[in-house]
Amino acid sequence: MRTTTTAPAVQVSQLTRTFRVRSGVLGRREVTAVDDLTLTIEAGESVGYIGANGAGKSTTIKMLAGILVPTSGTVRTCGLEPVAQRKALARRMGVVFGQRSQLWWDLPLAESYRILAAVHGLSAAREQERTAELVERLELGAFLATPVRQLSLGQRMRGEVAAALLHSPALLVLDEPTIGLDVLSKQRLREFLLAERAAHGTTLLLTTHDMGDVSRLCERVLLVDHGRLAYDGSLAGLSREVGARRVLVVDLAAPTPDLVEVPHAEHLGSEGGGLRQRLAFDDAATTAAAVLAAVSERVQVRDLSVEEPDVEDVVRRVYQSRGR
Amino acid sequence: MADVAAAWRPYRAVLASRVRSQASYRGGFVLDLASSLLVGLVELAEVWVLYRAISDPGGIGGLDLAAAVLVFGLADLSFSIADMLVGHVDTLPRYLRSGTLDVFYLRPQPLLAQLVTSEISVRRITRIAVGAVALGIGLVINDIAWTPLHVLFLALVVLTSTATFAGVFVAAAGVQFFLVDASEMTNAIVYGGRYAASQPASVWSKPLVALFGFAVPIAFTAYLPTVALLGLRGSAWLPGWVGWLAPLAAVWTWAVALLAWRTGIRHYQGGGG
Repeated sequence: MRTTTTAPAVQVSQLTRTFRVRSGVLGRREVTAVDDLTLTIEAGESVGYIGANGAGKSTTIKMLAGILVPTSGTVRTCGLEPVAQRKALARRMGVVFGQRSQLWWDLPLAESYRILAAVHGLSAAREQERTAELVERLELGAFLATPVRQLSLGQRMRGEVAAALLHSPALLVLDEPTIGLDVLSKQRLREFLLAERAAHGTTLLLTTHDMGDVSRLCERVLLVDHGRLAYDGSLAGLSREVGARRVLVVDLAAPTPDLVEVPHAEHLGSEGGGLRQRLAFDDAATTAAAVLAAVSERVQVRDLSVEEPDVEDVVRRVYQSRGR
Repeated sequence: MADVAAAWRPYRAVLASRVRSQASYRGGFVLDLASSLLVGLVELAEVWVLYRAISDPGGIGGLDLAAAVLVFGLADLSFSIADMLVGHVDTLPRYLRSGTLDVFYLRPQPLLAQLVTSEISVRRITRIAVGAVALGIGLVINDIAWTPLHVLFLALVVLTSTATFAGVFVAAAGVQFFLVDASEMTNAIVYGGRYAASQPASVWSKPLVALFGFAVPIAFTAYLPTVALLGLRGSAWLPGWVGWLAPLAAVWTWAVALLAWRTGIRHYQGGGG
């Protein structure tokens, strides 16, 4: 047991995966989805795996879960060989696929959990304890008796996360967990994941298009492009490297001259004669609250929003900064 | 015993909830039961009408009406049980398109066992009843020289014929990994096989004997066991004594089915094959 509990959550070495795809009428060509990927994620880390569409994120996750066989290279997930030891791995790993459900569509949410508890062989006491914990912390109580097909997207996604965590896996992989969720649902889900990690030391690996997910949840960012690792480090470091800044948009009470002297913020532009102004700032240097406070000292703010940097934009800047 | 109960628990949990779910839509469920019963009765009546219309006292292919009812009963009972337990594996193409199969990878049970126990078609129970009644009638109206061997053989044949049809379903599912839109073709084998099972194989043309006698050994599910039970001569290609080998067809079918499934899974995972 000792070797497996202390093993890295993910250990990938020179991992490559190619697909043969149809090209033209009869031709086939080889596409490399994951290209010579080497990385280690220690147990307990929280990692954002980002990249543009088709960068190889889902393919990597499928290889981590034993769904796809690597073309070459090695994978160890929770110290296990995913394809050969799939069943043992299933007891230690939970996956939330944003686009496909683990839940039984026509059954009440609570019944899905009863079935999954049986699937993972939880004792009655453990089942009760864990279900109660997840129901409380994910606030599922109000719709436990509702058939899954009648749940809203936000409710269903919380239900999916609980389903993936019911057997208390050491590693939780989330594939686009917040896609399509409203701001409040995103916020609740992120808070839950932070609390779950704090309480149980769960390793988190999430793919996302949402830099908000990364900045709230992840200590480390892996950026892939065309199957290759393009960046591995902290979000602050990524921001430094490419200047991935957030943008505060303020609607002001009266037309105001451009707010060019706010500390650690750059004025990007004004609309409506200065009624709406856009200020870019770097998370590493300041916070949205500090920028807002500085603006409020100068002028009355009526409304505001914060724009997150776009993953695609970040990826593009990484290449530009490296002269590609 | 505790180990067996623990190993069975995941499957039992899914199946029990599927049964409850189907029974909970009461109106639809009753309608399904009734339509399933009606179709079974119509197909039994078809056999009766066909054999009644034959003037030849030798019947069709060496079977008279009584023997034909026995063949129908064996075929229909075993196919319907297999259909109830395993028939839903033909939804695999839908699972493949929607990616639902990936979810099975996240659970600590074999993939095929999960797929088989992911559903159970309770409404087939009336169809099973038709098959059982036909088999009962067939056993009574035929002149069988009963020995303990005959009784054992009959019990074994019901089991192995069910297994043969179940194996055909699984083999067809394995093929779907390669030909995602080929369910028309595999349905022709599966449901064509069902129809062929209730006929005397002695009248089949050679290609049909090759297909349903050997490749997909449908002739071994009902016709050949009946020939053996009644002590008939059979045909040149499938002589009467071959009927006693009927249970072996299940072994052959499952060997092919598991090979097809494993090859299909390998293909899905992209490990070649």
